[in-house]
Amino acid sequence: MNFVANIGLEVHVQLKTRTKIFCGCPTTFGAPPNTRVCPVCLGYPGAMPAMNSEAIRLTVFSGLMLGCKINPYSKMDRKNYYYPDMPKNYQISQYDQPLCLGGGIEIKLADGSKKMIGLTRIHIEEDVGKNMHFAASSGIDFNRAGTPLMEIVTEPDIASADEALAFLEALKEILAYGGVSDVNLEEGNLRCDVNSSVRPVGQDKLGTKTELKNMNTFKGVYRALSYEITRQISELEKGGRIRQETRRWDDLAGVTLAMRSKEEAHDYRYFPEPDLLPIVLTPAQIDDWARALPELPENRRARMMRDYGIPEYDANVLAVDQAVANYFEATAKLSKSAKSASNWIMTTVLAKLTEQHLAIGELKITPAQLASLVNLVEVKIINISTAKEVFEIMFAQGGEPEEIVKAKGLAQVSDTGAIEKFVDEAIAANAKTVADYKGGKEAALKALIGQVMKLSKGKANPGLVNDLLKRKLS
Amino acid sequence: MANLNQLTVAEAAEKLAKRACSSEDIVRAVLSSIEKTDKQVGAYLTVDAESALAQARAADTARTKGENKPLLGVPIGMKDLLNVKRQPCTCASKILNGYVAPYDATVVAKLRAAGAVLLGRLNMDEFAMGGSTENSAYQPTRNPWDLSRVPGGSSGGSAAAVAADEALATLGSDTGGSIRQPAGFCGCVGLKPTYGRVSRYGLTAFASSLDQIGPLTKTVRDSALLLGAISGRDEMDSTSLDVPVPDYVAQLGGDLKGLRLGLPREYFIEGLDAEVEQSVRVAVAKCRELGAEIVEISLPHSKYAVAVYYIIATAEASANLARFDGVRYGLRVDGEDPLDQYGKTRAAGFGQEVKRRIILGTYVLSSGYHDAYYLRAQKVRTLIRRDFEAAFKQCDAILTPVAPTAAYKFGEKLADPLKMYLGDIFTIPVNLAGICGVSVPCGFTSEKLPVGLQVIGPALGENVILKIGHAYEQATPWHKEKPEISG
Ligand SMILES: [Zn+2]
Repeated sequence: MNFVANIGLEVHVQLKTRTKIFCGCPTTFGAPPNTRVCPVCLGYPGAMPAMNSEAIRLTVFSGLMLGCKINPYSKMDRKNYYYPDMPKNYQISQYDQPLCLGGGIEIKLADGSKKMIGLTRIHIEEDVGKNMHFAASSGIDFNRAGTPLMEIVTEPDIASADEALAFLEALKEILAYGGVSDVNLEEGNLRCDVNSSVRPVGQDKLGTKTELKNMNTFKGVYRALSYEITRQISELEKGGRIRQETRRWDDLAGVTLAMRSKEEAHDYRYFPEPDLLPIVLTPAQIDDWARALPELPENRRARMMRDYGIPEYDANVLAVDQAVANYFEATAKLSKSAKSASNWIMTTVLAKLTEQHLAIGELKITPAQLASLVNLVEVKIINISTAKEVFEIMFAQGGEPEEIVKAKGLAQVSDTGAIEKFVDEAIAANAKTVADYKGGKEAALKALIGQVMKLSKGKANPGLVNDLLKRKLS
Repeated sequence: MANLNQLTVAEAAEKLAKRACSSEDIVRAVLSSIEKTDKQVGAYLTVDAESALAQARAADTARTKGENKPLLGVPIGMKDLLNVKRQPCTCASKILNGYVAPYDATVVAKLRAAGAVLLGRLNMDEFAMGGSTENSAYQPTRNPWDLSRVPGGSSGGSAAAVAADEALATLGSDTGGSIRQPAGFCGCVGLKPTYGRVSRYGLTAFASSLDQIGPLTKTVRDSALLLGAISGRDEMDSTSLDVPVPDYVAQLGGDLKGLRLGLPREYFIEGLDAEVEQSVRVAVAKCRELGAEIVEISLPHSKYAVAVYYIIATAEASANLARFDGVRYGLRVDGEDPLDQYGKTRAAGFGQEVKRRIILGTYVLSSGYHDAYYLRAQKVRTLIRRDFEAAFKQCDAILTPVAPTAAYKFGEKLADPLKMYLGDIFTIPVNLAGICGVSVPCGFTSEKLPVGLQVIGPALGENVILKIGHAYEQATPWHKEKPEISG
């Protein structure tokens, strides 16, 4: 029997706000434990939450990017459960009236076709602290408690681990484009719960699902899903049944394991948060935010291919990062060849940045300066290897490429008289090679060009050298 | 001349302004009155005399430098659920034993800014759950008018301290009558402001959609004075109202001509003590004499108020009290794992009534019962609010008894929670509707126990009910009477 899988994701994304969702504590990562806390985010008696409006804007903004319907009226609710990392033993979240409904993300499948993954909803909530375990005791770091989270819930539209991965990558890219999150996985900016089930082909009803909680790497999601789907299918093929349960991904062993049933089965006893007012958004407010929407990555790739005539491969590399794409477009607009600009950025610029662990924003070379460098090669003032030298100087110190070329005397010699002198010297000094060429060995010409270049210290315009040699030897 | 501890806030402020006495004199008088009578009354859980005297001396120094804030040097007592930086805040519960507040509640910050001296912490029913202060985990508080009787609750310490002149004024909190009822039992003035008038930030929450902080005072004028000092929008409490704070004191005075006062026909019921009813009816007649027109009104859904209240209040409490788990502050009883620790800590830390309400609240929110109880209660709450909206189209304020009886004996109602719950029957609807009410002394029973008149006003109608209360108070002798223990 053949099976199909249905996978749904609940993705928790830390929003990029300066302060926490209900208090003024900063959201910085990596501070010493319990140094970014106050009575509010520690759940002290009498402390009350006050909504960070930036967290609402960022969530609505995400909803708009993802094609959601924005709820003009939504509210916060208390989700009640006891856990040491949760200061109040209830989490302020949204239950039946989330900020955003519907929407979706189009992913590209291996065969090149596209598939829409639907979203159920997006809501806003507070993050919890972090339990830490030591040799003889445990502790809790509440620095993270109260960090604004948005939870994006998908429909069970995802059919494989590959699709799940494609979805997460597309989502991450979109969120980064919108500037709503740093989406830094190492810092736990993006974590997800994975629901999966399998059913025989031809059966409409979804199978019994299992849930994998708190996955914090894409690779982990991919491996866990690959394992879990195979496990469920083989279970059914053996005639067994799938238990609805929460499972844990053991990354070292590469298997999913059932959690003790005590850790599941929650009755969260939701009720409206009486300490916060409902969130009311006017159409004018939503429109105002919508006006600032960025071009989505998919659209941008298509437009860059169209506008600059670059191949799909280039567009994919350049548009992964909005800042890189911006840099490319600014450079291409001033370059005589957009493709050359693309080559420079994809290879030289990005490689150098990676090597130096720098972001593109830290680059000392402006798009206009890189375009000048591209153009110097295009009009043959310098050749590509000289250009690389100039680039190194620009990368280290900045500066205008024309000035560097001038100051270091790197310009190509295009003066026919000067080149003719080198050509004559080369012919005189290499009688054997000249004879070879005249005898029909085309490759000998290359050697002679090399000699001329050497004599000109690399500055001779290779095209002119070629022409002159051919004329003199014909 | 009265002792300094017997002064009202307004009198003290005047004396201080005239340099007729110092803040230190007043604080010393209050401390010595506490020393003398509180062994019997038991209003205070803790008094930090050192700190109070230091604050008083600082206020006196400030005054010699020309400062003249409205409450400069006036000592005010705090119900033990209001956070005052570096003071304990136990909520009269064992579970907060050892907890020292790291911050000031907004009302405390406002009182500090107005120059007040923060005196001590007043007993209450544990987490404000109760109507007699018998649910305090630490000590009973006795009614200064009759030490064999309860002072009411939950702000029993706040009311008893004012009645016994162990404080000039205090702050309490009112979720279903917890300021008005003890004020009525102890013969002082207790104001429950409109929901949102006063910031709740720093008030340890019992039921967030019902709680309000308010003053307990010797006179209506003091009530107006303190309300002005603690009211106003606070960014730390999203439910606080962004409405200007009027000068409540300036609006006092004059008679009741042109005012229509409603008498709800449903409030003069079976179970209402005859002497209490008689006092209230005489008070109503007095208001008519002062020029008010009395009209009969109806609040038909009030009969559901107690039931609705015990669903909504306990539901919210079940979540609000979840944070007391022994992890971050207060009592901790170690367990084998976190869940075991919570269970042991909470079993040891919470009293009977608190546990009862947490269980009730957890039940009404649990899956399968949520709609039948919690959602339904919210709907009836809306009907109760609409009753009042309709009533206030016919009248400017409503007159009712504060409680069905005067102060009762210790233990009388403790064994029967339902009987205790019905004691709040006249005050609870005001919290459910989010409007304001004030309790004003309106006479005594034959056993010389105070009786309270409740004046209920519409949302933000504090100026109206204070004006009515003040006119009535000035025309009657009740507020001048003192229990024997005071002196
Ligand atoms: Zn904080």
